[in-house]
Amino acid sequence: MPVFLAIKEISYSKGRFLLIALIVALITTLVLFIAALAEGLGSGNREYIQKLNGELIAIQEKVDLSVAASQIGRSKMSEIRRIKGVSDVGQVGFAAGTIIFADGRKSLDIALVGVEPGHPGEPEVQTGRPLGRDRSSEAIVDANVVTQGKVKLGDTITIKVIQGTDEELYDLKVIGISDGRKYQLRPGSIFVPYLEWDKIRPQATQNIGQGELVSNIIAIKLDDPSDWKNIANTIQANVSKIQVVDRKTAYEAFPGYSQQQSTLDTQRYFTFFISVLVIGGFFQIQTLQKVAQVGMLKAVGASNFTVVIASLTQIITINALGVLFGTLGTLALARAIPPNVPVVFVGQSVLTAIVSLLMIGPVGGLVSVWVLLKVEPLTALGLAQ
Amino acid sequence: MREALIAEGITKIYGEGAGAVTAVDRVSFAIQPGEFVALVGPSGSGKTTMLAIAAGLLSPSFGKITIAGQDLQAMSERKRTRFRGSSIGFSFQANNLVPYLNVQENVELMLRLNHKLDRKGRQRAIELLTRLGLGERLRSYPGQLSGGQQQRVAIARALIHEPSVVLADEPTASLDTSRANQVVATFAELIHEQKRAGIMVTHDLRMCKYVDRVVQMMDGKVSQILTERQAIDALANLYVTIDEGRQAV
Repeated sequence: MPVFLAIKEISYSKGRFLLIALIVALITTLVLFIAALAEGLGSGNREYIQKLNGELIAIQEKVDLSVAASQIGRSKMSEIRRIKGVSDVGQVGFAAGTIIFADGRKSLDIALVGVEPGHPGEPEVQTGRPLGRDRSSEAIVDANVVTQGKVKLGDTITIKVIQGTDEELYDLKVIGISDGRKYQLRPGSIFVPYLEWDKIRPQATQNIGQGELVSNIIAIKLDDPSDWKNIANTIQANVSKIQVVDRKTAYEAFPGYSQQQSTLDTQRYFTFFISVLVIGGFFQIQTLQKVAQVGMLKAVGASNFTVVIASLTQIITINALGVLFGTLGTLALARAIPPNVPVVFVGQSVLTAIVSLLMIGPVGGLVSVWVLLKVEPLTALGLAQ
Repeated sequence: MREALIAEGITKIYGEGAGAVTAVDRVSFAIQPGEFVALVGPSGSGKTTMLAIAAGLLSPSFGKITIAGQDLQAMSERKRTRFRGSSIGFSFQANNLVPYLNVQENVELMLRLNHKLDRKGRQRAIELLTRLGLGERLRSYPGQLSGGQQQRVAIARALIHEPSVVLADEPTASLDTSRANQVVATFAELIHEQKRAGIMVTHDLRMCKYVDRVVQMMDGKVSQILTERQAIDALANLYVTIDEGRQAV
């Protein structure tokens, strides 16, 4: 009975209901894009650290977890390796570089990451082979370099870095391709053997380690990943002047990362709030217009249950329809977006967004329910108590 | 024969103390199945309030309404709502029909409410609507119908579920004379034929010629009850005579 009434009314006033479904669809698109942007920007920032094949990260003490400011000598790495529960360690250094193309294509900014071949920090390759020797002019590039720079396995790429005040060019042979491993919003990443990296990186900070090979962080792989908290404490207690954190803590401390995510979250919550008001408001006005009709229905014997469920069925149906339209529309749009735009339509955030959008219907309908319950059947006779 | 509706000492008082208003004052009557009663009186006489109480839409301050042997006041709100759906038929002055249901669906609504919508029920709905001259408009929506047609749909809805009591509030309010006569005549015919107890609230005394009894109210009290055919017709013709008099002048 209630579902019958709900469907009859929707099909009778198709235009009006379609219009509100379209508004929901647009809101859905907006929310999904914000979610995708949060996902895209977030992952562009943290992707390398998030996928790192080591559970813990050692950073220099008293630098507020700033990877760029952190300097850790190779001797610390040896000390960490000796601690029980540590399976393997690897020095990782980050620098900025640019791939330039001989054919005049636009150059591509990349994160130039120094990793130790065969040790934590080196990404797994999907095609090609891992880095071989410590000192060789070869590199693993991530999937973003492939899509955006049209780089292929076996190509020789030219990296431009600034050393002091001079531009230096280095040729590297692409021997492996990894999945996406963006770091701090550089459009792509390339990975070179640590000693090679130490040679080609910008050299303004050359002498700080006083001869010792220095890296930004040390990636630590554990025997038992679930025991990371204890081992992190043990390392910190035994090795001086370092701080050991898990990957999440590390990337959340990236400059602007948390602020960016919370800004986008705020936008998302506001959009949700606005949509609850829009949907709730629309249906409430519609309900108020139907007071006489609802009074008549109650007078002839329709229960509160019937009128409330009829109304909620409508709201939920129209809202779900709008979310469906919006999701399909967004998926279609997403295909048309160039790869360098940081929107990513996967991940939990998009799913969460869709589920929350589906909740808007029932939540927005609560006001209407209240109105419906208050309608007196007596209004059918033009009387009111 | 057992009465379909009994009103005993119905009193409705609004407010308290010095500001209290007695809208209905000790009204009693009983209606037999197959009997059609008009409730008339000037505005403010309490006739609509009395109708609302008889319909179980409003609780009296004192008194008792019994429909088909059941005491309305003894029921819970939920049960009373269900009872209205099963044992009372309604026709209202305005907002009678559900705008998004077609003529047939509006009538079938009462069967649907009672979980009695089957092939036989549909057939009866169609027959009843055909009888009321709406056989060609089964698929029309209320918005596409004239006032008279809408009122006839409401009558069909009031009767389809075979209620004990049928209540009509000003069924002719928005109709011209010939349509008003047509609607009430058919209504009376069906009430007599199907043995329902009918109450019609009206301010149009001409419509009294179709009823068996007239209960006249004034200031909340029953001021006069007419049961003689002659007396009723005299009342109904009062306006006709005046109208003719006007035309003569």
